[in-house]
Amino acid sequence: MEFFRIRRDIPFMRHALVFNIISALTFLAAVFFLVTRGLNFSIEFTGGTAVEATYAQSANLERLRGVVGGLGYGDVQVQNYGTSHDVIIRVPTKGGIDQKKVPDRVFGALCAAESGSISSADPTRPTCVNAAKTEPVVMKRSELVGPSVGDELMRNGAYAMISVVIGIMLYLAFRFEWKFSIAAIVANLHDVVIILGFFAFFQWEFSLSVLAGVLAVLGYSVNESVVIFDRIRETFRVLRKLSTMQVIDHAITSTISRTIITHFCTQMMVLSMLIFGGPTLHYFAMALTIGICFGIYSSVFVAAAIAMWLGVKREDLIRATKAEIDPNDPNAGAVV
Amino acid sequence: MNRYPVWKFVLMVLAVLIGALYTVPNLYGNAPAVQVSAAKLTTKVGPDTATQVQQLLAAASISADYVTFEGTSVHARFANPDVQIHARDVINAGLNAGADKDSPPYSVSLALVPRAPVWMGKWLHAKPMYLGLDLRGGVHFLLQVDLKAALDKKTEGLVTDTRTLLRQKQLRTVVARDGNAVTMTFHDAAIATQAFNVLTDAFPDVQWNQATEGTDVKVSGALKPAALVKAQEAAIKQNMTTLANRVAGLGTSEPVIQQQGPDRIVVELPGIQDTAKAQELLGRTATLEFHLVDETAQGNAAAEGTGPVPFGDDRYENSPDVGRRHGGFTVVKKDVIASGDDLTDAQANFDQQNQGSIVILNLNAKGALNMREVSGQNVGKLLAIVLFEKGKGQAISVATIQSELGDRFNITGMPTAEQANDLALLLRSGALAAPMEIIEQTAIGPSLGADNIAKGLHSVAWGFVAILVFMCAYYLLFGMFSTLSLGVNLLLLVAVLSWIQTTLTLPGIAAIALTLGMAIDANVLVNERIREELRGGSAPQTAIAVGYERAWATILDSNITTLIAGLSLLAFGSGPVRGFAIVHCLGILTSMFSAVFFSRGLVNLWYGRQKKLKSVLIGQVWKGGSKPGSTDADAAEPAKTPGAAR
Repeated sequence: MEFFRIRRDIPFMRHALVFNIISALTFLAAVFFLVTRGLNFSIEFTGGTAVEATYAQSANLERLRGVVGGLGYGDVQVQNYGTSHDVIIRVPTKGGIDQKKVPDRVFGALCAAESGSISSADPTRPTCVNAAKTEPVVMKRSELVGPSVGDELMRNGAYAMISVVIGIMLYLAFRFEWKFSIAAIVANLHDVVIILGFFAFFQWEFSLSVLAGVLAVLGYSVNESVVIFDRIRETFRVLRKLSTMQVIDHAITSTISRTIITHFCTQMMVLSMLIFGGPTLHYFAMALTIGICFGIYSSVFVAAAIAMWLGVKREDLIRATKAEIDPNDPNAGAVV
Repeated sequence: MNRYPVWKFVLMVLAVLIGALYTVPNLYGNAPAVQVSAAKLTTKVGPDTATQVQQLLAAASISADYVTFEGTSVHARFANPDVQIHARDVINAGLNAGADKDSPPYSVSLALVPRAPVWMGKWLHAKPMYLGLDLRGGVHFLLQVDLKAALDKKTEGLVTDTRTLLRQKQLRTVVARDGNAVTMTFHDAAIATQAFNVLTDAFPDVQWNQATEGTDVKVSGALKPAALVKAQEAAIKQNMTTLANRVAGLGTSEPVIQQQGPDRIVVELPGIQDTAKAQELLGRTATLEFHLVDETAQGNAAAEGTGPVPFGDDRYENSPDVGRRHGGFTVVKKDVIASGDDLTDAQANFDQQNQGSIVILNLNAKGALNMREVSGQNVGKLLAIVLFEKGKGQAISVATIQSELGDRFNITGMPTAEQANDLALLLRSGALAAPMEIIEQTAIGPSLGADNIAKGLHSVAWGFVAILVFMCAYYLLFGMFSTLSLGVNLLLLVAVLSWIQTTLTLPGIAAIALTLGMAIDANVLVNERIREELRGGSAPQTAIAVGYERAWATILDSNITTLIAGLSLLAFGSGPVRGFAIVHCLGILTSMFSAVFFSRGLVNLWYGRQKKLKSVLIGQVWKGGSKPGSTDADAAEPAKTPGAAR
């Protein structure tokens, strides 16, 4: 099998401007949604309480909203989680509430609504038993985060992001050249902003694992750009007659099959997580999927183009070392 | 050119063998076991308890796989749940024989322990990964320790100590507290200097200063930064000890109590989902009370159980260390001289003068005042310290009052240093060094945990299969080499994670999946490079060598950028993100070994010896060729593909 039978270099850079405009537009749209809608942060960031329960029958969300709303916790969110039997109830932090009691009170209310009562027959967990001695609703998980933890996570998340950006920029500047370093980081931050834009637009829950996914994908797409930059450097060294634009086109063309196959393989793994991973990994896999798709786009069409606009030259990459000696140069060799 | 020296092949085999050895314990699953831990502060569980359990089992002719003491509890593993339940009953009846049913000294509970062979864990340190709460169910608490309060307490103690010392030395002044400092003013500079010297000698942990204010001299002192850090560390440590004691009574297997950051403590209780009960347990304070012993005839009779307890008295059981005096009971007067809240510190020490172990107690001002008054009137009488747990009191020390006691006094004549240590620990465990507050709490049901394991494993398995099928179809034999080395990567990653005993969480499993998905990149790079070399007309052996060599630089670069992201997450992440980051970083390292060194070894093994190699099975190599920089016009120019010149 050979998917990519490319007869000659594809003139990617001839259309660089078009791609950059598309990028800029998507980027602006993402920023727009981030500003207007904002991210739907999980309670890990905002603080609050979440209770996940599973029902023997499909859960009636409308009724549950009434039940939980009656507890006086303010703006309570009730949603399905995974299947129609599972619900998640999120209670924001609010002054005057003993947060520690919230999970038990919510579960108590859910249980009472199913005309059951909380029993402590099982010493390890509170169970809800109804008249027929069955469990109409089971508490699967509860989570409680104080408001101070959220601020700290937000700050640490920002630090992590900044240190990734600085670390990668320094490494690329050292290994290649500052123009590449800027190009790679701009291209890949644009991916990150677009992922965040998706989360803002659809109001998907932005949790800690999504943040981990976003940062992992940042490292991953940079590695994409690195592969292309590596090839650009090599092409500059070996094919000395080409113009910068031709060199970039050649580098992208000769790595495109690898780029697509690698992303395809990674995406298969992520798809597997999306299908089998359940609700906990859902948005993590979602962030990775968007990151991988836009990662291809940005590495191929954006990073190299930015490097080109920045005016990358052969001399930037090949210092006057051995590589400078052209084996085909008749005048090369012994010099007195 | 494509040959490995023998040692490299040996290294490959060794890597796989060692990887397999450390991965295997994860596959065994869990076996039923019985766990014995202390249910009361005064109960001690140690190697002796293990011997005791062994004897009990032997007497009932129950065979256990092993009985070991580790950490704070004894585990005995059994072949099946029936034996387990029988053994639990036997051990419970044996250890808690004759004890009060409501507060038995030992907690004997059912537990699960790894089924992996014992020798693996013992000799090779090969143990299964610890499963995080999201995979096994349980409650997790993050507690914020109020270190400012601990500091307050410490400063308060310093004020009292200073006051006492100056009074002893007859240096008259008023000692006051100013924030975290102790201040006092003297009218006479000479006395001030004298006080300064006395204080500097007595409290080396405190930075003392003298300053002239008009005609007066002000002496002030505050804890040195090093001492401050030490005090805070001690506070956290004491809180952790106290928590460990409280949790021990629950009988949960493998509770985790760890410090996180400078002022936080993580408590994880696997297998428990009842948060209300757990909260109550964590908040449970054992309280201490100081009482006078009723030494009248009626009192003694009551202690021995031959008479009624006199009005205004209470009867408490003695702890084992106090001994069987009066039938193992002590009758005390109801009046509380001082309580656990008044006790600021208790330390075991060695008394040089009397050549014996002692316990030094510090009381706060209020406690000291009362103690001074009562002890002064009762020199020669007995003082009892009673520890209350779950509403039941126990006399943990009965000692004769030798003289008037103040804010700082000793319990002397402890038989052994160990007993002195135990008593000090018990006294301290009565209270927390600093108040704590729950700032994060998660409870996960056991069914959700099992569900999460299944989901995680399915994600990894099906993703792996998909990659395997694709790689083998697209790159044929080289695809097989690639997937084999990806398999080795998984093996090594799990082995390393097991070896360093990481806690596996669902994000951790996701990281394994993602790392595998990303690690295939290195193989794709190599395979594509080899194809490219072949396309350029290289001989197969050259193509393999050049392909690997060229791809290496790229693989290194791209992995380093991914590693930078992983390390940042590790540095700034906490909780689940940290688990993700650890797996991610390790996975990048193992992937470099497997994708480059290992897969090359496989290729060398297969093709390396064939001198006249005509073709390699790497899938179809389309020779239409990419002409570098070509346009339609100069397509005729001969290609000069990188590497073709070799």
